[in-house]
Amino acid sequence: MKTKAAATPYLLWSVLFIVIPFALVAVFALHDADGNFTLRNFVDSVGYAPVIFNSIWLAMIATAICLVVAYPLAYIISRYAPRRQGTMIMLIVLPMWINFLLRTYAWMTLLENNGLLNQFFGFFGLGPFSMINTEGAVVLGMVYNYLPFMLLPIYSVIVKFDNSLLEAAGDLGAGPLYVMRRVIIPLSLPGITTGITMVFVPSVSTFVISRMLGGGSFMLIGDIIEMEFLGNAYNPYLGSAISMVLMAIILVCMALTDIFRDTEEKEGLLL
Amino acid sequence: MKKPLSKLATGYTGIVLLFLYVPIVIMIVFSFNSTKSRSHWTGFSLRWYHQLFNNEEILRALMATLTVAAVSAVVATLLGTLAAIGIQGMRRRSKSATLNFTYIPIVSPEIILGVSLMLLFVLFNFKFGMLTLILAHITFNLPYVILCVMPKLRQVDKYIFEAALDLGCTAKKAFIKVILPEIMPGIITGFLMSLTFSLDDFNVSYFVSGDKFQTLPILIYSMTRRRISPEINALSTIIFVVVLLILIAVNLKDIRKMPAKKEVRRSAKQN
Amino acid sequence: MQNNILISLRDIFVQFDDDIILDGINLDIRDKEFVTLLGPSGCGKTTTLRIIGGFVNPTEGNIFFDGKNINGVPPYKRQVNTVFQRYALFPHLNVYENVEFGLKISNVPKEERKKRIKEMLELVNLKGFELRRIAQLSGGQQQRVAIARALVNHPRVLLLDEPLGALDLKLRKEMQIELKRIQQQMNITFLYVTHDQEEALTMSDRVIVMNAGKILQDGSPTDIYNEPVNAFVADFIGESNILEGIMHEDFVVEVCGKVLPCVDKGFGKNQPVDVVIRPEDWDIGKPEDSQFVGVVESTVFKGVHFENIVDIGVEKLMVHTTQQHNPGSRIGLSVIPEYIHIMNKMDEDESFALTALEADSIPIDEDELEDYTSPEFE
Repeated sequence: MKTKAAATPYLLWSVLFIVIPFALVAVFALHDADGNFTLRNFVDSVGYAPVIFNSIWLAMIATAICLVVAYPLAYIISRYAPRRQGTMIMLIVLPMWINFLLRTYAWMTLLENNGLLNQFFGFFGLGPFSMINTEGAVVLGMVYNYLPFMLLPIYSVIVKFDNSLLEAAGDLGAGPLYVMRRVIIPLSLPGITTGITMVFVPSVSTFVISRMLGGGSFMLIGDIIEMEFLGNAYNPYLGSAISMVLMAIILVCMALTDIFRDTEEKEGLLL
Repeated sequence: MKKPLSKLATGYTGIVLLFLYVPIVIMIVFSFNSTKSRSHWTGFSLRWYHQLFNNEEILRALMATLTVAAVSAVVATLLGTLAAIGIQGMRRRSKSATLNFTYIPIVSPEIILGVSLMLLFVLFNFKFGMLTLILAHITFNLPYVILCVMPKLRQVDKYIFEAALDLGCTAKKAFIKVILPEIMPGIITGFLMSLTFSLDDFNVSYFVSGDKFQTLPILIYSMTRRRISPEINALSTIIFVVVLLILIAVNLKDIRKMPAKKEVRRSAKQN
Repeated sequence: MQNNILISLRDIFVQFDDDIILDGINLDIRDKEFVTLLGPSGCGKTTTLRIIGGFVNPTEGNIFFDGKNINGVPPYKRQVNTVFQRYALFPHLNVYENVEFGLKISNVPKEERKKRIKEMLELVNLKGFELRRIAQLSGGQQQRVAIARALVNHPRVLLLDEPLGALDLKLRKEMQIELKRIQQQMNITFLYVTHDQEEALTMSDRVIVMNAGKILQDGSPTDIYNEPVNAFVADFIGESNILEGIMHEDFVVEVCGKVLPCVDKGFGKNQPVDVVIRPEDWDIGKPEDSQFVGVVESTVFKGVHFENIVDIGVEKLMVHTTQQHNPGSRIGLSVIPEYIHIMNKMDEDESFALTALEADSIPIDEDELEDYTSPEFE
């Protein structure tokens, strides 16, 4: 059967709407407004180095928090009876069905200076704290929005564990902590690395969360790209260069998690 | 020894769920507040719901969102299903190359997908609006459809196609009568995913919609920029309730199906 | 009645990429015959079947059906139906709908469909299973549905591709008898593919032994068993002692250092040959009255006989006996001339194929891969 041809429309589509646009970004990044070849845009991007590092830093913190919060929860859920697991996963996923702008907006109202959280603290004679428009608020927004992206891949790996594997480890004299460190965590690494990518990528490239919860007081890479394309700073050439920097960051992140996974998997095999 | 641990686990799960749901619950509560205040309860009212349904702008955006989502999901499902069939028919090497390529839009940050498409549309003089949105949405939905249909295709016994030919079907008829029913669940999942992603998308849409054409997420974003708009709370509440009802309905259906499945398994064992 | 030829394959070559799958197949299948293609994995038997079914087009050569050339005629226009290796039943349809499938496609009226399906389900002993889902059926039942689904279309030829491969031994034996009954009752041609020599010998009117894309031997089960053309067939058909020999002259052969009388002739003087002596053909006697003397090395009880390995110094022989002989005991072995079967040595091509096969390295196309991964290699 020559079914291969059925993929042709898709391949054409991808060339038109993925390959060419991505190539355009690269072309724009290497040209100035007059259409001359230049490396100027990349040189100019260096000026944004603090923003870039700050974005990476905040995204890393958010990713780390997500991992620390999600891993135990994924493990706990995986030990529940199947019916209860289903309900729990549904409860975790349900908020994702509300547009993330609305979810972020909800936090905006909570974190405001005279918002509900401050009222709550005030009740105990604490505060008011200035929480909105801080880096903490931005990280909180990232964690809140992307926590399920960390939880679901980890859960889907852990839940497939053969219970007898853990019992076997216990039977061979391994204590619970040892089992955790040498069996459960190595085996759940594929889920962890997927989770890390799924949280880090949207966190490092967001421009909405930083704008809504950071109040425009400081910027992330995403904000700069947005400004160069749609904002007052309109300069798609520079914007393209920064986009390429962002893409490079993400590729590095994925390469790192890949290396991490590979070596750990090998260790896991040696176990 | 087990008890305190499991209590700890339950407590932990509770805290995470609280974190996920408090903002949503507060949002729902304040959607019934009689004044604009987002921190002081001033009395029950349906005022914001009235305003929401009389807000031409919101209703227009809703229609736009639904149109874009429906059209792009249908096209993406058709193209994606065809693509999956084509990819399945490829030789091993080109198959894995194509699949890797398919992942690109999934792993790239949405903002880059957005700006790259924006560059394409600017360069080729597309008028920003419904068409550019639909094209963009098809582009990011296609990979999800392919990834939903591929596993189903892989599960299909390759000989049932030949069996249908053997029993008198032409290739086309054999596909419709035998293969299509088998992969239908994957196609439906792919369609629903496309629909959801499309309804929910902001990050890509923002760059390719132009100033005149607004989908709901884009409108929400501009409303949050104005900061005080309790209609958003009303809107979120409605969306939340609708999603909740759909999920409950789906789950109830599953639960009702379950005993039937058990029945099947039992009788299969007996034979 | 059995003389009109229904299917003819003429000089069929099949090549996938650089791999030759079929290498000059010539085969006639007569009407109402039960023919079995027998051979090891990757020998091309499944490909031969698929050529007749219309799923593979030969690279070269012609296929005739009822005298007409059917090269390139698609499967749905051929008067043959297939029972697939793993049945390939439609999982979204129930038993009735599966059997009805072909009739519906060819627009048979509803009443007649009903009647024919009923008859067919009775024939395969599945009355009352009409509304069962496929997943609810056992392997044996699925197999019967697959047979009914094919036969209900009244094909001139039924092609069966290792249909019993997935069943357990007991069920397989039952189905062998049942298949033969169904073939006689339907009075049509069955072309059967298997790697199981016992299955082939039990059911068939004619067995065609294949290896490495070629037909090695074509004959009745008794012919194949008693007169294998070469060591490969002898080895494949049953447990044999295949010994090196030299033909001194007509009716005289030297085996394992002994010159024995035999019934074969027509070989060259002093020509090296392969000699087959079946394990059950040995006579046991006192050492001093026998042609060969050996020591019993091991003995295993096989239910109806003992299987002994006897070391006669130059060779180890497999010998079936009805009485037990303890390991270490000395026994004499003799064989009457009628049971000594002389064969030409395999030509180099064939012995190369044999070694390649044993090395598990025959290059193979996906279609044959199915064949290759079947349980026989476990």
